Amino acid sequence: MNRRTTGLAIEAEGLTRSFGETRALAGIDLQVPAGTVYGLLGPNGAGKTTAVRVLATLLRPDGGTARVFGHDVVTEADKVRSRVSLTGQYASVDEDLTGTENLVLLARLLGLGKPAARDRAAALLAAFGLTEASDRQVKKYSGGMRRRIDIAASILNTPDLLFLDEPTTGLDPRSRNQVWEIVRAVVSHGTTVLLTTQYLDEADQLAGRIAVVDHGRVIAEGTPGELKSSVGSGTVHLRLRDPDQRPQAEKVLREALNVPVQLAADPVALTARVGEAGTDLDASAQAARALSDLARAGIVVDNFSLGQPSLDEVFLALTDHPAVPADERDDELEAAR
Amino acid sequence: MTDTTTTTTDRAPSVYVPSAEALATVLAPGARPPRPTALGASLTFGWRALLKIKHVPEQLFDVTAFPVIMVLMFTYLFGGALAGSPREYLQFFLPGIMVTSVVMITMYTGVGLNTDIEKGIFDRFRTLPVWRPSALVGMIFGDVLRYILAALVILGLGLVLGFRPAGGVVGVAAGIGLLVVFSFAFSWVWTFFGLILRSEKSVMGVSMMVLFPLTFLSNVFVDPSTMPGWLQAFVKVNPVTQLVAAIRGTMSGSSDPSATMWLLVWSAGFVLVFGTLTMYRYNRR
Repeated sequence: MNRRTTGLAIEAEGLTRSFGETRALAGIDLQVPAGTVYGLLGPNGAGKTTAVRVLATLLRPDGGTARVFGHDVVTEADKVRSRVSLTGQYASVDEDLTGTENLVLLARLLGLGKPAARDRAAALLAAFGLTEASDRQVKKYSGGMRRRIDIAASILNTPDLLFLDEPTTGLDPRSRNQVWEIVRAVVSHGTTVLLTTQYLDEADQLAGRIAVVDHGRVIAEGTPGELKSSVGSGTVHLRLRDPDQRPQAEKVLREALNVPVQLAADPVALTARVGEAGTDLDASAQAARALSDLARAGIVVDNFSLGQPSLDEVFLALTDHPAVPADERDDELEAAR
Repeated sequence: MTDTTTTTTDRAPSVYVPSAEALATVLAPGARPPRPTALGASLTFGWRALLKIKHVPEQLFDVTAFPVIMVLMFTYLFGGALAGSPREYLQFFLPGIMVTSVVMITMYTGVGLNTDIEKGIFDRFRTLPVWRPSALVGMIFGDVLRYILAALVILGLGLVLGFRPAGGVVGVAAGIGLLVVFSFAFSWVWTFFGLILRSEKSVMGVSMMVLFPLTFLSNVFVDPSTMPGWLQAFVKVNPVTQLVAAIRGTMSGSSDPSATMWLLVWSAGFVLVFGTLTMYRYNRR
């Protein structure tokens, strides 16, 4: 890889940006090593997209500095642009145009001649499984195909740094897996990827390091393992048959596990962390004990699972506030299972 | 998810499985081509506008049907009263309604830009290492074709209805040329509003507020000498008045150098002022 870069792909210090009264970035520091996938993890409105837009030269920061491969994103924007690509959260291709037309258009804008642009477009469409759909307007593509053409458009010039802003939000599991495979292939060829996501499991699957972002700040940073161990090794999720038994169940769990128990918005659901440092039993043994204590107390449990902490739980542990509004929280729990 | 097909029998083979080898071939970094020239990039963006017309031909409605309605409506509404007969009025009125229609169509540049930004495609354009104004210049290139089409539709209808320009083919072509120059320049007003206003609707609203007085308070429909003095003062400085006077001149075979000069000054001014404002906003969003 002659263009593989070493050192830091992104260095940001104290980035701030406000929109009117809203402080989208409240002083973000980032250090992204080149050649890796780096995850920005956080709920909607945390400032992830604003951070990406500043780093991709789309938005000027109010304060702080950011360099991409050593080039300042404000004063050397053109140098940065020649090395990065952005796949935004919304359409970053023209929906009215066909797959081929979109890629040829962008290839021409990157300086390829007409025949070279056509060859490049055809090769990318083939590699992304879109040959059949190449002459159809992008607005007729499925969600998964849309994401693929978006990413194909972003790697036309094999960028040194690729920004992916929530690449799998709204995708079905199979399409999400396809995107993950593509991201892995992209990074294995030397491109650095900055990925934003709301899903811990996605960051876990792809990212070498993660920065957890909340209210425009990085509140935790580390490898996925480090982040998870900071909130305990697992979480038990319980659903009771009878909502009236929940207070009693909470008490039993608290005594059995010796940890605080969270009451979810769903009146029959409870969650609790297990396997935290300082307890004598491992996560599964603790969970088993909790379950038998519940049975002894006569509490009927319809659904019981032991899983990784969800993003919500990581957030709760780090910030003492949930990551997502209560009505969306059950989806998060589902996703974490 | 249905990937490319709807029936279950042939759906399985079309499921996309990312293959490491196929991806490896497209991910191998090649030599970076030199960046395209300013004109090259603008023309490429112009090509995008053409492709959009090809895929969404309905958008030509406002450059074909709208001008036809304008010509027919005003020719028969005012013709008898103002000039004795519609045919007589048309000799005076056709260059004016051509200007009115085309200048009104320029507002779609702002609407189109606003829609593009709303959808997110401009984020990608703005991260490309190309000459910054090229996306907008290319967009206006595409619009210029629409202006020419509208002008030709009006001319064709005018000829059918009895418009007989004394300037001949050369005079008419020169007139349309002046109109295109002015419209290109005037489009930059709308790119600016397309960038600063939040929604398509507000762009439309502002456009109408500017365009109605600009086109009606001019020499398009009637001779300004019958208007009160304060209105004449406005009509006189209105760039649309200069444009109509210049085009009437060339189309009737007697050019109006003063109006033509003012028209070019106005055009240069629009590009300079609104082009600069547009690019300032475009770079700083």
